[in-house]
Amino acid sequence: MSLEHYLVLSAVIFCIGLYGALSKRSAVVILMCIELMLNAANIALVAFSRYITPTLLTGQVFSIFSILVAAAEVTIGLAIIIAIYRRHETIDASKINLLKW
Amino acid sequence: MQVTMPNELVWLIFLLPLASFIVISFITRLLGNPKFSGYLSIGAILASTCLAFWALFSVISSPHHELVIPGFKWLFIDGVIDIRLGIIMDSLTAIMLLVVTIVSLMVQIYSQGYMHNDPGYHRYYAFMSLFTASMLGLVLADNLLMMFFFWELVGLCSYLLIGFWFNRPAAANAAKKAFIITRIGDFGFLAAILLLFSQTGTLDIAQLHGLAVAGTLGGAALTWAAIGIFMGAAGKSAQFPLHVWLPDAMEGPTPVSALIHAATMVAAGIFLVARMYPLFEHSPEALLTVSIIGAVTAILSAGIALVMTDIKRVLAYSTISQLGYMMLGLGTGGVAVGIFHLFNHAFFKALLFLGAGSVNHATGTFDMRRMGGLKKIMPWTYATFLIASLSIIGIWPLAGFWSKDEILASALENQPVLFVLALITVFMTAFYMFRVVFLTFGGSYRGEGKPHESSAVMTLPMVVLAVLAIVTGLLNVSGWFGSFMGHGETHGFIEGFFGIFSHPLTWVSLIMAGAGVLLSYAIYSARWLSAERIGKLFSPVYSLLSRKYLLDELYERIIARKIFYEGLFSGLSFIDSHGIDGLVNGAAASINNAGRRARKTHSGQLQLYGIFIILGITLIILAMFIFG
Amino acid sequence: MDFSYLSAIIFLPLAGALIIALVPGLSARLTRYIAALFSLIPLGIAIYLFTAFDRSASMAGVMQFEESLSWIPAINADYHLGVDGLSLPLLLLTTLLGFIVVLVSWKINLRVRQYFFWLLLLETSILGVFCSLDLMLFFVFWEIEVIPMFFLISIWGSGRKEYSATKYVLYTLFGSALMLAGILSLYFATGSLNMVDISQQGLAVAQAVMPAAPIFFLLLTGFAVKLPVFPLHTWLPDAHTDAPTAASVMLAGALIKMGGYGMIRVCVSIFPQTSQQYAPLLLALATISVIYGAAVTLRQTDIKRLIAYSSISHMGFVLLGIFALGELSLIGAGLQMFSHGIITGLLFAVTGIIMHNTGERNIKKLGGLARQIPLIALFFIIGGLGAIALPSTSGFVAEVSIFLGAFSSNTIGNAYIFTFICLLGIVLAAIYVLWLVQRVFFGSPISRFNAVLDADKTEILYCSIFIIVMFAVGIFPSILTDVLQTGIAPIASFFGG
Repeated sequence: MSLEHYLVLSAVIFCIGLYGALSKRSAVVILMCIELMLNAANIALVAFSRYITPTLLTGQVFSIFSILVAAAEVTIGLAIIIAIYRRHETIDASKINLLKW
Repeated sequence: MQVTMPNELVWLIFLLPLASFIVISFITRLLGNPKFSGYLSIGAILASTCLAFWALFSVISSPHHELVIPGFKWLFIDGVIDIRLGIIMDSLTAIMLLVVTIVSLMVQIYSQGYMHNDPGYHRYYAFMSLFTASMLGLVLADNLLMMFFFWELVGLCSYLLIGFWFNRPAAANAAKKAFIITRIGDFGFLAAILLLFSQTGTLDIAQLHGLAVAGTLGGAALTWAAIGIFMGAAGKSAQFPLHVWLPDAMEGPTPVSALIHAATMVAAGIFLVARMYPLFEHSPEALLTVSIIGAVTAILSAGIALVMTDIKRVLAYSTISQLGYMMLGLGTGGVAVGIFHLFNHAFFKALLFLGAGSVNHATGTFDMRRMGGLKKIMPWTYATFLIASLSIIGIWPLAGFWSKDEILASALENQPVLFVLALITVFMTAFYMFRVVFLTFGGSYRGEGKPHESSAVMTLPMVVLAVLAIVTGLLNVSGWFGSFMGHGETHGFIEGFFGIFSHPLTWVSLIMAGAGVLLSYAIYSARWLSAERIGKLFSPVYSLLSRKYLLDELYERIIARKIFYEGLFSGLSFIDSHGIDGLVNGAAASINNAGRRARKTHSGQLQLYGIFIILGITLIILAMFIFG
Repeated sequence: MDFSYLSAIIFLPLAGALIIALVPGLSARLTRYIAALFSLIPLGIAIYLFTAFDRSASMAGVMQFEESLSWIPAINADYHLGVDGLSLPLLLLTTLLGFIVVLVSWKINLRVRQYFFWLLLLETSILGVFCSLDLMLFFVFWEIEVIPMFFLISIWGSGRKEYSATKYVLYTLFGSALMLAGILSLYFATGSLNMVDISQQGLAVAQAVMPAAPIFFLLLTGFAVKLPVFPLHTWLPDAHTDAPTAASVMLAGALIKMGGYGMIRVCVSIFPQTSQQYAPLLLALATISVIYGAAVTLRQTDIKRLIAYSSISHMGFVLLGIFALGELSLIGAGLQMFSHGIITGLLFAVTGIIMHNTGERNIKKLGGLARQIPLIALFFIIGGLGAIALPSTSGFVAEVSIFLGAFSSNTIGNAYIFTFICLLGIVLAAIYVLWLVQRVFFGSPISRFNAVLDADKTEILYCSIFIIVMFAVGIFPSILTDVLQTGIAPIASFFGG
């Protein structure tokens, strides 16, 4: 197993997550996809750390931070989705256009 | 006899009427009693008249017929320009001063009766004073720019006085027309001033004369400058084709017509040409232009005068015709010839207008078809009018005879073709003048009401002018006037008085004039011939004449309205609002449009934004690979 | 100079504006008096400066009453003020108009305090432009002026006021964006923002860095928008037409003079060779402005719009005078700026009275007013006579100087052809002014205007001030020519006199 294998895995997961985040309608699925993208980044971080600077644990520590932030993000994201659902009775992202001027 | 005049008093000639204008405008106008304004204005002009006589005698007794009077700085920029407000006091100025002051004095006295009880009495005398002051300034000015200064001011006064009864649309229109058409002439005058200044760096008249005589100023520049000056003169003196304003100017009060549009302001063009004569002398082309325009104007306007039924219009066309004579005299004979006719004409033409005013005062109309039989009712008016008519048609030994004869003689000598035109004009003049006399004073009264002779305040100035219309011609019987103006020799008075009959030309012109009177008598008094039948016989000519050669239509309807107002200007206006402003508004609108379209991409959907972000990042990364 | 006269002139109106804005509970009446006071004092100081100004030939080109403080040291920008013979008459004109517009606005009743705040701020900014000797300071004042004008037009205006105000701002910003680019280029080329230094040291250094022509045109465009020069003029009729009377007076009287002033002070002084090179083009534009402006004027039926278009024609004469590049023509241009400020100021002020009293602005619906409101008619006709350059009015001296100077200019080969065509402008001017006068004041009176009021005391006062100044300059032109010559002579000497 070389670094490339891990990076390809990370890229594939990231792309799957990206595709899902941009194309899925359900806000919950989009949130899950964003998690996927974050995890892909974590894989890359750990892999780089393991192969390039094996003595330091910088990447691992960073990924822990990242997981933490992701957890917080999911919490807030779900809260927003629930708030939107209460107000608009939908979690279909294509119907939510509050950002529009 | 040595007479000398202090310089300060020369200035007073001009300043007195000006002061009168200022006092009337700011003081007596507010006092309420109109009488003060009238007396003040007349007093000022009376003093000016006395001073003008004094000035004349000083000029006569001074060595070169010229007084040197230093001027004041006006527009002075060190090393660049030096325009002075100065006075040139030579024989020409002295004669013109006399004409202006005397006629102005007579007209203002006459106006005491004519304008009696007019609500604009203060305004009338204020404008009259301002006009007299400007006209005197014009005559006195020693450089072209100052002359132009007063030239425009007399134009303004003419505008104000033609439009004196401004509530009458016809008067307001005529005033505007007069100002605009003379402005077109002034365009040429100003261009000539610019040309002369750029060529010589000076506008001082004496210096320009010197340069023209020395030949420093010559060639095409001189000719163009002279033609430009003549254009200004043609506008002011109503020469063809810029003459159309003068007949309309008759909308003003009649005394105004007598002063401004017969005797003085319209003669300013003649004066201007005479003043700049050394320039014309050195340009044969310019001199020829002056002569041709003069002769053509004389005969064309005499033609219109034949058929007009409004007494003032006849006199107006007659004025144009006589001004044409003066131009012809200047063009063929020189300053003395032209100015001598101007001098004589001022008095008898002013008199004719005052006579017309007197008739109007009695009958309430200017239409000759509603007059008639006034000979007995208005004996003074009739007598003075008759004298003026005889004078204008050139009957020996009245004033008009002497000056007209000189013009004919010089035309015959230099431009035989133009002489023929002038001679025909003599016949026409005699015809239309006596047509006026017969229609107005002969036969029986055809109008309404009971006419009466005008009061003494009106007839007295007429009598004074009538005396002048008889005697002023005698000044040159001995050749004195000519030599005073710097031309020719003097000879015995008696020799000149009767010797004139030794020339065949005298007989020819007298016969032409007599024939005109006779024909007029045959048609309008004895009625051997019917005016209507003659009119029908020559109906195309008649209608052309009575419609003034269609020139008014050409100028107003076709050139002013169709070509400029509805054509060119409307086109430019359209370009402005739709072309240039359209471009500006179009640019604004297209930016607005672009914005409206671009904002559609802001759908508010996060996912779409995400796609754009990803696309952008991808593009940047690609670009880094390709160019990095 | 111990006392900072120029700063006092510039900032007194601003001080008045701040008092009006900040002191709570001012009555409308008191506001007017404060505004009048804070515009009258600068006028007094300006008159004092005008009399104290050293007119001797040795002072030619020397700035007087100079003040200089370091402002933004990083870019060498100074708070540098001073006046010479060119700016002093304009300073005087602006303070005069600044005071008169307060009187003109006496009858304003809508949001009085805000109105006078903007009016005084406007005066400060225009005065600043005429006094600044530092390009950055000049630019800042130049830009400040846009703000009060926008509010004055869009709040107190009439007709399509928002459209006109926006158009005015956009046009001006377009011009000043280019101008800023020009100023920055000048700064990077010479390292200085001091107008006097740059013009005296010449552009030898600058041309090595960047060709002069682009900088010249960047600056010129900014000024040309303001003057205005064909084809950048279309903001002017709209802004004038829809602005309240006082703003029209200020706009036509003082504001557009900033364009002509800038052209002489910046374009011609700093780029003499470039000016000479491109002068024929600019003379052609001047000629078009004169004739085209007059032709379009003839088609107008709204009094204010008509006068606005006539300004384009009259400002064409200024451009003609400037780029004929002769001493006399440049002095004529200076005279014309002053004279037009007075004459058009008068015309707009009287038009304002007519519109206020009759409630009508369409020429075709007016008529015969001379019988009903003789004083207003008199004032208007006198102003009109000035506009057609009748002798004894300042318009005559100014236009004749321009014509004489431009026609005989040796600097530009065929300036005389352009001048000759421009002469037609005075014929056209006579036509539109007399037509306007005839339609509005002459003819049969219309009964619905029978009860129209004539000018009241305030109106008589300010119209008389205009008229007195107009005749004073027209009859004694040396009042201004002496001063103008000290400013113009050094500029004209670039071109060999």
